[in-house]
Amino acid sequence: MAKYLILKHYRGGPTPTVAYPPMDQWAPDEVVAHIQYMRDFATRLEASGEFVDEQALSPEGTFVRYDGEGRPPVTDGPFAETKDLIAGWMVIDVESYERALAVAGELSAAPGPGGTPIYEWLEVRPFYGVSPTIIE
Amino acid sequence: MDEPLLRTLTPSVIGILVRRGADFTSAEDAVQDALVEAMRVWTDAMPRDPKGWLVTVAWRKFLDAVRADTARRQREERVEATPSPGVGEDAVGDDTLQLYFLCAHPSLTPASAVALTLRAVGGLTTRQIAQAYLVPEATMAQRISRAKRTVSGVRFNQPGDVTTVLRVLYLVFNEGYGGDIDLAAEAIRLTRQLAALIDEPEVAGLLALMLLHHARRPSRTGPGGRLLPLAEQDRSLWDTSLIAEGVTILQAALARDRLGEYQAQAAIAALHADAPSTAETDWAQIVEWYDELLRLTGSPVVRLNRAVALGEAEGPQAGLAALADVDPGLPRYVAAAAYLHERVGSPSDLERAAALYAEASRATTSLPERDHLTREAARVRQRLRS
Repeated sequence: MAKYLILKHYRGGPTPTVAYPPMDQWAPDEVVAHIQYMRDFATRLEASGEFVDEQALSPEGTFVRYDGEGRPPVTDGPFAETKDLIAGWMVIDVESYERALAVAGELSAAPGPGGTPIYEWLEVRPFYGVSPTIIE
Repeated sequence: MDEPLLRTLTPSVIGILVRRGADFTSAEDAVQDALVEAMRVWTDAMPRDPKGWLVTVAWRKFLDAVRADTARRQREERVEATPSPGVGEDAVGDDTLQLYFLCAHPSLTPASAVALTLRAVGGLTTRQIAQAYLVPEATMAQRISRAKRTVSGVRFNQPGDVTTVLRVLYLVFNEGYGGDIDLAAEAIRLTRQLAALIDEPEVAGLLALMLLHHARRPSRTGPGGRLLPLAEQDRSLWDTSLIAEGVTILQAALARDRLGEYQAQAAIAALHADAPSTAETDWAQIVEWYDELLRLTGSPVVRLNRAVALGEAEGPQAGLAALADVDPGLPRYVAAAAYLHERVGSPSDLERAAALYAEASRATTSLPERDHLTREAARVRQRLRS
């Protein structure tokens, strides 16, 4: 089994397949349906023994860095126009890369305005395994 | 509380419940419940007869579950009519062997077979298995119950295929450490137990292979878990008694003259374990064992390892020539090519080695390996500058 991160972006990635407004401009029912789809999806993955974790992120982000001994960290941002912005992720533990793609493909079918899929681009990234197999 | 003892008793207790008329799925659930209860109540003192205690509690849990399920009313009547401690309950070895076969049934995916084996044969709790594989307990519970559904139609006393069992145990061994559970040690325990139940040279071969690898584990990593290549390992850290045991088991297996892939791999591990240094290793004989292994498996990974061994036996050019016959898409192909180019040592080979180490570090799926390959690339580049 191998773990994969499925990343959902607010912005960035390939050009959207269908044009749709940001979620805050959807009808309330459409927002509820979209969120319910994600929730049901996680439940199905748990039942198939493949679910590890999911988290959503607030769009507000700040850059922070070390600024020398004894000084408080320096912050910068938020940047309204950052090219890429991560909305959240799901971590899965699956038998193969093909299965990871299939899972992400299914997640991408979440409904948007009018109840039709938004064909959202999702990014799939493999985790580094922790235990190396023996080499000699 | 003696957790190792509890774990050893698990498969035989499941076997007894099945003999009394419980189906495998319910028996396994009931024994898991009994184990969890034992961990809770045995904290102060062990019962005088731990196995009898587990059988009694697991049987009660099983009956409770049957009673709770009204749809199973008919079966309840049947099992309650079954005499309690009956004849044949001593056939513990057979039961345990059947459990190994069932949990490694070919209809299961490797991950399901591993999880089911660790629970039903290994006596680990779902929580422990989940921690070892870094997934939530609920996910692991689902994986195990799906696996049990998959094998629910398999008759318990069907003869099984020992090669599928060995593959599952080898997978567990290669997982190494996870959470509180040392999976390599657990795999050795389960393989040892299997070797006592079935007289098969390949079972002995796998046990020998595990012991020979495990004996050298302390030397494989340096400070902070950094990976050390064989040439840099401190051989004084090797566990000589484990090596001696592995070699003895291997020799007895080889004497049976029924060679298989695990015996051949163990023979290679034994040659490494026997050598005082990489330079004094019998690489020619290692290449011969890789030839055997290639005949047995035809595996492309074996072909790759053989090329590296040939590079040690006959020089890096010979190794690179052998690499030409290997699929470049294999994991570690690039790292092997980097190593052989570095051994050739000309400035252009060193340039090539540094670039290949860097390429390999980007492609690997293991974190310690990535760090190791990055260090190797940096080291070769430093060598080029000086």
